[in-house]
Amino acid sequence: MGFLSNLINGISLGSIYAVIALGYTMVYGIAKMLNFAHGDVIMIGGYAIYIAASKAGLHPLLAVIIAMGACTILGITIEKIAYKPLRQATSLAVLITAIGVSYFLQNIALVIFGANPVNFTSVVNIPSIKLFDGQVVISGETSAAIVISLLIVIALSLFIKRTKSGKAMLAVSEDKGAAQLMGINVNKTISLTFAIGSALAAVAGALYCSAYPILSNTTGAMPGIKAFTAAVFGGIGSIPGAMIGGILIGVIEILGRAYISSQLADAIVFGVLIIILMVKPTGILGKKINEKV
Amino acid sequence: MKNFKKIFAVLLALTLVVTCFAACGGNKKNSANEIVIGISGPLTGGAAQYGNAVVNAAKLAIEEINAAGGINGINLKLVTADDEGDPGDKAVSAYNSLKDQGMQVFLGTVTTGSCLAVIDKTKADNMFQLTPSASADAVIANDNCFQICFNDSNQGIGSAQYIAENNVATKVAVIYDSSDAYSTGIYNTFKAEATKRNIALVAEQSFTKDSNKDFSAQIQACKTAGADLIFLPIYYQEASLILKAAESASYAPKFFGCDGLDGLLAMNGFDTKLAEGVMLLTPFAADADDAAIQKFVSAYKAKYNNEIPNQFAADAYDGVYIIAELLKANNVTADMSASQICDLLKVGIAADSFSYNGITGAGAALTWDASGAVSKKPMAVVIKDGTYVAL
Repeated sequence: MGFLSNLINGISLGSIYAVIALGYTMVYGIAKMLNFAHGDVIMIGGYAIYIAASKAGLHPLLAVIIAMGACTILGITIEKIAYKPLRQATSLAVLITAIGVSYFLQNIALVIFGANPVNFTSVVNIPSIKLFDGQVVISGETSAAIVISLLIVIALSLFIKRTKSGKAMLAVSEDKGAAQLMGINVNKTISLTFAIGSALAAVAGALYCSAYPILSNTTGAMPGIKAFTAAVFGGIGSIPGAMIGGILIGVIEILGRAYISSQLADAIVFGVLIIILMVKPTGILGKKINEKV
Repeated sequence: MKNFKKIFAVLLALTLVVTCFAACGGNKKNSANEIVIGISGPLTGGAAQYGNAVVNAAKLAIEEINAAGGINGINLKLVTADDEGDPGDKAVSAYNSLKDQGMQVFLGTVTTGSCLAVIDKTKADNMFQLTPSASADAVIANDNCFQICFNDSNQGIGSAQYIAENNVATKVAVIYDSSDAYSTGIYNTFKAEATKRNIALVAEQSFTKDSNKDFSAQIQACKTAGADLIFLPIYYQEASLILKAAESASYAPKFFGCDGLDGLLAMNGFDTKLAEGVMLLTPFAADADDAAIQKFVSAYKAKYNNEIPNQFAADAYDGVYIIAELLKANNVTADMSASQICDLLKVGIAADSFSYNGITGAGAALTWDASGAVSKKPMAVVIKDGTYVAL
């Protein structure tokens, strides 16, 4: 029973990582850049929900929608101001800029919201499920995380396969230049990607802060790095890969903590990443693309 | 990447701290007829409640002392600096900033990690140091540093004693922070004493400050092991997440903590129902039936928005009065240097003739020996209907 509980907890944590990893993977797939500020957008989303729900007293669902809107605007703004001017620059310059944006967001949050962490009131209002006479308990936050992340992956996959904008994204990720020649507005497509990724960050913020209700300006940093690992693990650029990577990372983390060592859990997670990358450098679902000369 | 980000974070934070101090520094020499007491503690960040409680109570005590005529006619003055509870360079720069503000006696630091970072600096400066709440045994390694709180070995041993003597539980689990000196210190002494007293330790779980959000695995391990009490020698932030994780797993053991849990109830937005029945060791209960305690509690509430003082406030309040008594007894004057004062006070506090009967001694007078440890017995309180009640 203990194992089952740990497994469920791992899947729950992994589902949250998966939602965050989707943001990394989409932006990487389309703009070919690592958006290290993504974790901090989650933190901003958390604060937006906190203000809308706990301070202004709005309905939790409405608060999440407002936070999604706020994060979307934030994501597009970051893209326009910080990343767009660097479209032709080396990838190292873009990477450094992303780290800079990450610290900018953390410190701006420190100035605005102060250094005292706030206790986040859960936005999930689902009763917990008890199995086997209460030996295994699935909390409302856990069910919400699992169901919502699944829905998001399905919706995103459909969006990319079935809609015009989704197909444009695929084309841009394949070959930016050719896509432009075919009449696809590359800048608009990249902005759309950032918008979707940031809105997902707000959802991830809601799920993460509901499960672990302490919110401070560095809340997004660690889950951001873990989710980035998950995205690489599953094959960066691949949407189902992000889901699989996220859940695997969550399960490995919790099972490692439960059965190997509670102190070495992080080391185990990153150790597994190193092994996977040595065996399959493109990640579990990553495609190997041969460069043609 | 992570380390790189961390170093970056420290650098940026340091820049912020330095610019903050640039505004308020000003290197005032002590021209007025005042003796300057400095406090360094976490005024922002995760342990901010402790630092602010200490500063608030010290302000109150200093106002009272000055209103009653000061130290033989000399007023006390308080200067403060924020170390964010950091065990590294922030603690050192906070201490340096206090020296720049003319500090002559150091009532700090508030947290153990920061204190360990500055004890060798205060020793080198020969600065008299009296810490209200840094409880590690190593804090008082030097001869210029004394404690007001009971130390970690007392807390660990005291907790195990209390659990054994009152038959609180038979199967005990521990969750501690292996990256924190305070937490590991208590855990080690608790474990030794528990073994001696035949308390069954059924699960020993830990976490580090980089993985202090998800406690589902630790709680599951305690639940599987059938623990009926979880000992939490940790700070209140992580404790609040552990209580939430236990609730999510529909697991309701007893919880027992040390002084680090003080502050749980005052957390912004915390659901105090989760903390109902949590027991903790503390030298101070705000509802105690003692005239001095009631006088302090009502003065504190009147001054600070009806907030009930925690034990950190009580320790600091006692601390200012202890320093005042020492200054009086040793005829310290405002023009003395920190080092001259230290030479007088470190002998004075350990002298047989000196004792102090305050609000944190549970009725008994506090005394010190040259080691720096205080004679004090921990007592247990329980959280009931959202407040601390003496057991």
